Amino acid sequence: MATIDIRSVSKAYGGHAPVLTDIDLSIRDGEFIVLVGPSGCGKSTLLRMIAGLEAISAGTIAIGGRVVNDLAPKARDIAMVFQSYALYPHMTVAENMTYSLRLKKTPRATVAEKLEAASRKLGLDAFLARKPKALSGGQRQRVAMGRAIVRAPKAFLFDEPLSNLDARLREQMRAEIRKLHAGLGATSIYVTHDQVEAMTLADRIVAMHGGIIQQVGSPLDLYDRPANLFVAGFIGSPGMNFLPGRWDAGARAVRLSDDSALPVERAIDLPDGSAVTVGVRPEHVGLGGDGGLAAAVDLVEPTGHGIILHLRLQDQPFKALTTDRRYLTPQESVRVTMPADRLHLFDGNGDRIA
Amino acid sequence: MRAIGTLAHRLAILVYIAFALFPLFWLVKVSVTPNDLLYSEGIRLWPSRTTFEHFRFVLAHSDFPLFFRNSLIVSLATAFAATTLAGFAGYALSRFAFRGKLTVSGLLLVTQMFPLVMLVAPIFKLLSPLGLTNSLTGLVVVYVAFNVPFACFLMQSFFDGIPRDLEEAAMIDGASRFGAFRQIILPLTLPGIAATVGFVFTAAWSEMIFALMLISSNEKATFPVGLLSFVSKFSVDFGQMMAAGVLALIPACLFFLLIQRYLVQGLTAGAVKG
Amino acid sequence: MTPAPRRPFLQRLGDRAEPWLYSAPALIVITAVMLVPLVVGISYAFRDVQILNPFSGGFVGLDHFRALAGDKAFRVALVNTFWWTVLTVLIQLLFGLILALLLDTPFRGRGIAQALVFLPWAVPTFLTGLNWAWLFNPTIGPLPHWLHALGLLAEPSNILSDPNLALWGPITAAVWWGIPFFAITLLAALQSIPSDLYEAAAIDGANPFQRFWSITLPFLAPVIAITVLLRTVWVANFTDLIIVMTGGGPADRTQTVASYIFTQAFKRLDFGYASAISLVLLFLLLAYALLILLLRQRLIDRDK
Repeated sequence: MATIDIRSVSKAYGGHAPVLTDIDLSIRDGEFIVLVGPSGCGKSTLLRMIAGLEAISAGTIAIGGRVVNDLAPKARDIAMVFQSYALYPHMTVAENMTYSLRLKKTPRATVAEKLEAASRKLGLDAFLARKPKALSGGQRQRVAMGRAIVRAPKAFLFDEPLSNLDARLREQMRAEIRKLHAGLGATSIYVTHDQVEAMTLADRIVAMHGGIIQQVGSPLDLYDRPANLFVAGFIGSPGMNFLPGRWDAGARAVRLSDDSALPVERAIDLPDGSAVTVGVRPEHVGLGGDGGLAAAVDLVEPTGHGIILHLRLQDQPFKALTTDRRYLTPQESVRVTMPADRLHLFDGNGDRIA
Repeated sequence: MRAIGTLAHRLAILVYIAFALFPLFWLVKVSVTPNDLLYSEGIRLWPSRTTFEHFRFVLAHSDFPLFFRNSLIVSLATAFAATTLAGFAGYALSRFAFRGKLTVSGLLLVTQMFPLVMLVAPIFKLLSPLGLTNSLTGLVVVYVAFNVPFACFLMQSFFDGIPRDLEEAAMIDGASRFGAFRQIILPLTLPGIAATVGFVFTAAWSEMIFALMLISSNEKATFPVGLLSFVSKFSVDFGQMMAAGVLALIPACLFFLLIQRYLVQGLTAGAVKG
Repeated sequence: MTPAPRRPFLQRLGDRAEPWLYSAPALIVITAVMLVPLVVGISYAFRDVQILNPFSGGFVGLDHFRALAGDKAFRVALVNTFWWTVLTVLIQLLFGLILALLLDTPFRGRGIAQALVFLPWAVPTFLTGLNWAWLFNPTIGPLPHWLHALGLLAEPSNILSDPNLALWGPITAAVWWGIPFFAITLLAALQSIPSDLYEAAAIDGANPFQRFWSITLPFLAPVIAITVLLRTVWVANFTDLIIVMTGGGPADRTQTVASYIFTQAFKRLDFGYASAISLVLLFLLLAYALLILLLRQRLIDRDK
C-alpha cells in the first residue's frame, strides 16, 4: 500500500504537441482513483508513466514517498492489468499468476499459498492447469486480476481492463473489482473511457481532456458540480443539454435566444449581458404542465426502463429523460421546464459559475 | 455452365501441378533408368526396367556424400548463426524506437538490392589473406552476412506479431527487458525461429556463385560445386548425375515442408530475396 | 514545471545503447562482408587487379571503362539483360497471377495442390538449371522431341546451343522456378481483400468479370507494382541459371551483364574489369530505381 504523488508531470514526444501538460495529483493510500476521458486525452500515457513503461519528460512521480522516475518497472512494486490481459500464452493459469513471485525467488510453499488464496478469491481453482487459450474472456480477465493480486503490490494499475468484455460480463466484473478493492484496500488507479465505470468504481474521479486534468473529485461532485463544459458533457448519460444565453443581472435570470428568461436562484456575480451557457441534465428536465418552453419532438427512444425524448428547443438539440409512458405516443411538441436548482451555468470560457 | 467452370478450374490446377512436378519427375525417372535403356527408351515416361544402381554408385564410389556433408555443415551453421544474429537485430527493429532505426532498415534493404555478384571479386581478395578461401568457415561467414538482412526482416515480422503488452506485463512482473525477451518473447517466437532457420538453410543450400569462387579443392566442395564439376567432367553419366541431383533435392524438400506455413510471411519479408 | 531530475549518466547511456547492442552483431557482419567489399570493389574498377598477374594492382584510371565502351560482348550482354529480365518477370507475373486466382477459390485438396505447385521454389537453383538443361538435351530430355512433334522445332535439337533460341532455355527454367513467388505474394494479397466487398458488388449486380475488374484488380495493383519492381532488380542480378545452363554461350547470346561479371571474375580472374562492369550495372540499377521513384512521385502528385 502506498500513496502516489504526481508533481508537475509532462510528457512530450520530440517535436509534437505535448501529450500531458503539468499534471498534479496526490493519491491517498488505499484510494481507488479513476482516470477518465475520451481516447487521446493522455490518461493511458499517465498510467504507463506511473508503471514505468513510458519515460517522464518533466516533473516527478513518487510511489510511497520515493521518487520513481529512474526506476525500471520491475523495481516499482506495482501490478498492472492490461486491456488485452497480456496473459503469457505459453504458460498455464497457475504459471501466469505466479510468474512474478517466481522471478523474485519466493519460496515454493509461499508461492503455492498465495496462488491458492488468489485463485480461491477469483474462483479460478478449476482452471489453474489450463492455458489462456482454453479460457473464456471473463476467465482471462480474472487471471489477469489474479496475476496482480498474488503480488500484494504497493499499487494496482488498470488499463481499461473491462473494455474487451461484453456488456453483461463488464457489469459483473465491475462489481467484483469494487468488492476486491474493498477487501484488499490497495491503492488503485483505473483508466477508462466509460463514465459509468468511472462513476461506479471511483473514490475520486480524475477527468482528463487534451492532456490536462479538468476536474478531480468524488463521482457525485463531478455529477452535481461539473467544473466546466467538458466535464458536464462527459459525465452522465445521455449527456447534459446546453443552451446559449445572456446573463440578465436585473432579472437575475438567463435570457435564451428567444428572450425567454430562466430564473437562477444562486448569487451570481457577472456583468449584465455577458454570454453564458446553461446546462441541464436530461433527467432533470420537467415535461408537460402549462409553463416552460415549447420544444419540437424529433424522435422518441424507449429504453425499456425509461424514454429518451430527442427534442429541438430554440433550434438546439435537447434531450429529456422520463419514465412516463404517455410520451411514447408521438406528439408534435411538448413543454419543457428546467428547475432553477438543477441549472448549471458556465461562462464564456466554459468554466462553471458559482 | 457452373460445372464446366469447375471442371476448367480443376483442369487448370492439374496443368500447373504437372508443369511444376514434371522436371522433378524426369530427374527421378532418369536416375532409376538402367544405362542400357537410357538412350533406347530416351523419351518414354517410365523405363521398362528400373535400377538403384546409380544411387548405389553415387553413395559408395563418388565424393557426393562428402559434398553432401559439407553442404549440410555450411547450411546448418549458416542457418543457426544468421537466425541468431537476425533474432537480436529483428527484436531491436521491432521493439525499440531509436535514432538510426530508419538508417538500419534502409541499410538492410539496400543489401538486398545490389547485385551480389559484384562482391565476388573483392570478397575473394579480402578473404584469401585471412585464410578463409577454400574453407567452409569462410563460406559460412559470407552466407551469414548475405542472409542476415532478409532473416532480420522475417524475425522482425514475427516479433511484430507478438503484442507488446506481454513483455510490458513481464517487466512489471519483475523481469528485466532481456529477461522478458528470453522468458516470454523467445518461447512464443519459436515457430518463427524454425521458419527462419528453414528459409536461410534453403538459401544457403542453393548458393552456388560464391561457392564456385571461394572453394577450390574437392574436399571442401559443397554440393553445387561438386555436382557442377562432376557434370563438366563426366557429362555422359546422366544416371549418376541425376541420382546426385535427387540427393540435393532431399534436404531442400524437407525444409520446404518445414517452412511451408510461413511462405507468405517469408516472401513478403524478403520480397526482394526470393 | 520542474524538470525531471537528470538520470545517472551510465543509465542514460545504457538506454541509448540497448537497441544497438541487440543489432550490433548483425550490423558488423553485414558491414564486414558486404559493405567493405562493396567499397573495395568500387576501387578495383579503377585498378588493374588480376589474380594470375602478380605485377597487377596499379591504378589505371578510366582504362577499364574505355575498354568497356568498345567491348562488343558487353553491349550484347546489355541487350540480353533487358530481354532476359523483361520476359522472365512478365511471364512469371502472368502465370503467377493466374495460379493465385485459381488457388483463391476453395476446393478439396487445395492444401496439397498448393504445396505441389509451390514446390519448385524450394528446388536449389543450380539443380533447377541442370534439370532444365537436361530436359532440353535431346539425348536425355523429352522437350526437343515434343517441340519437334508440335512443329516448333525443325529437328529435335538442343535450343541451348541455338544462338537464336538459347535465351529461352534459362527463361523457361526461371519461370518454372519463379511462378510460386508471384503466386504466393498475389494469393496473400487476394486473401486480404475483404469478402464482403465481393458480396456487396454481387448484390449491386456485378458479374464475376466486373467484380474482378472493379475490386480484385484495383486491390492487387499496388502489390503487383511493388512485386514487379523488386523482382525486376532481382532477376536482372540473377545469374545461377545462365551460368549453369549455357555459361553465357553460345557466342555470348545468353550472356547478361551479371553473368558477364561472373565470367570475368571467375574464368578470367580479371577482378579489375569485373568490378568496372559491376559499377556500370550498379549505376543502371540505381537509374532504374530512381526512374521508378520519380514515376511514383508523378503518380502520387497526379492523384492529389
